[in-house]
Amino acid sequence: MSRIKVLVLGGLWRNNPALVQLLGLCPLLAVTTTLVNGLTLGLATLVVVATTNTIVSSMRRSLMPVVRIPLFVLIIASIVTCIDLLTSALLFELHEILGLFIPLIITNCAILAQAETVASRRPVTESLLSGIATGLGFCGALVALGALRELVGQGTLFAGFDLLLGPWAAALRIDLPFEGMLVAVLPPGAFFGLAVVLALRNLVSARTGPSVRRMRAVPARRS
Amino acid sequence: MAATKPVPTLLLVGVIAVGAAALVTGSYEFSRDRIEANRQALLLQSLNDVLATGDDTGVLNPTRIDLSDPQLLGYEDPIDVYIVLDAGRPRAAVFPVVAPDGYHAAIHLLIGVSADGVVTGVRVVDHRETPGLGDVIEADKSDWILQFDGKSLMSPDRAQWAVEDDGGSFDSITSATVTARAVVGGVRTALEFFEARSAELSARAAARAEEEPVNE
Repeated sequence: MSRIKVLVLGGLWRNNPALVQLLGLCPLLAVTTTLVNGLTLGLATLVVVATTNTIVSSMRRSLMPVVRIPLFVLIIASIVTCIDLLTSALLFELHEILGLFIPLIITNCAILAQAETVASRRPVTESLLSGIATGLGFCGALVALGALRELVGQGTLFAGFDLLLGPWAAALRIDLPFEGMLVAVLPPGAFFGLAVVLALRNLVSARTGPSVRRMRAVPARRS
Repeated sequence: MAATKPVPTLLLVGVIAVGAAALVTGSYEFSRDRIEANRQALLLQSLNDVLATGDDTGVLNPTRIDLSDPQLLGYEDPIDVYIVLDAGRPRAAVFPVVAPDGYHAAIHLLIGVSADGVVTGVRVVDHRETPGLGDVIEADKSDWILQFDGKSLMSPDRAQWAVEDDGGSFDSITSATVTARAVVGGVRTALEFFEARSAELSARAAARAEEEPVNE
């Protein structure tokens, strides 16, 4: 398998930041009360990780090892601040809901891990692709958990998409003939939901691949 | 690891810091006006909500006055009171009030009161009540908060300003009596504040309107 394929598959599935490395769980658990919240934070994270990877990678030859971590944090923090300002300007209502968690993207270790393990060692294209894959993987986990909790917790799906896409998207909302179980929206529900999503991911990966044994042999690094 | 050379290292850090600062400044400059406009729109929207005007024309020129009454309103700092003037005479006032005894934390309300002390509308601005139980005080979740519309300290009379469970005349909320009690108490406090200070408010609003007849 080519290196790029390994990087992309790793970010999306095999080494998924949220579901395998279990990084960035704070925003993951906090915002996924609905699908649209999860999707928005996932997209914001995707933009941050892809941009930081590109910037870090393009500067990798001049980055001195002793100061690299502060510089990564500085770059990540400025990009997150920009995204925070821009969502507040352009997607105000959504920003009112997610406001607290967008700055917290800075503390998502998955982004720092990407900068350290991929972007500071590989060429720009590879780093960008790996960043996009990791971001998509994280976004996918947020969307899955958000959809699950919204479905079980409120009995709806795609509610509130008009905040993201404009008034026409209000029609996307699907209402199920079902009141919803409150616990799914409350914090404990986040943990139950994450457990379900993790179990499903492990089930699928156990069914499909020889990669399981390798994963066991070389456990994913955690922090 | 190669020996670190301090000068190029500092130079690199400096360059990146300046670049980052430029990026943040740029997006701040780009967003500032829009964010301010969004905030204003939100404020106008909420003023319209509690004034129940149904249109935008009634509140285009609210006069803002700052006033301090920590004992009644629960805010240490002066609050913004928005006065709607109708041909120079105050027609209604909008101001925030805190109900300190919510179930988990204080409940922040925005209330509109007409010049004769009748509630035109109440909205919950911020709260930490239990989702699914206490959050029916949000206007998006239920009509509970609308029961205050048209009420005043005369009707129902003061003794009746309590939830049904306590012998009052306001609907309580199943499984969230504490929440309901806090909001009813908060609204009553707001009306008492308005009763005590409305003369002062009117006078200041009128004086302000003469100073700056158009908009601030």
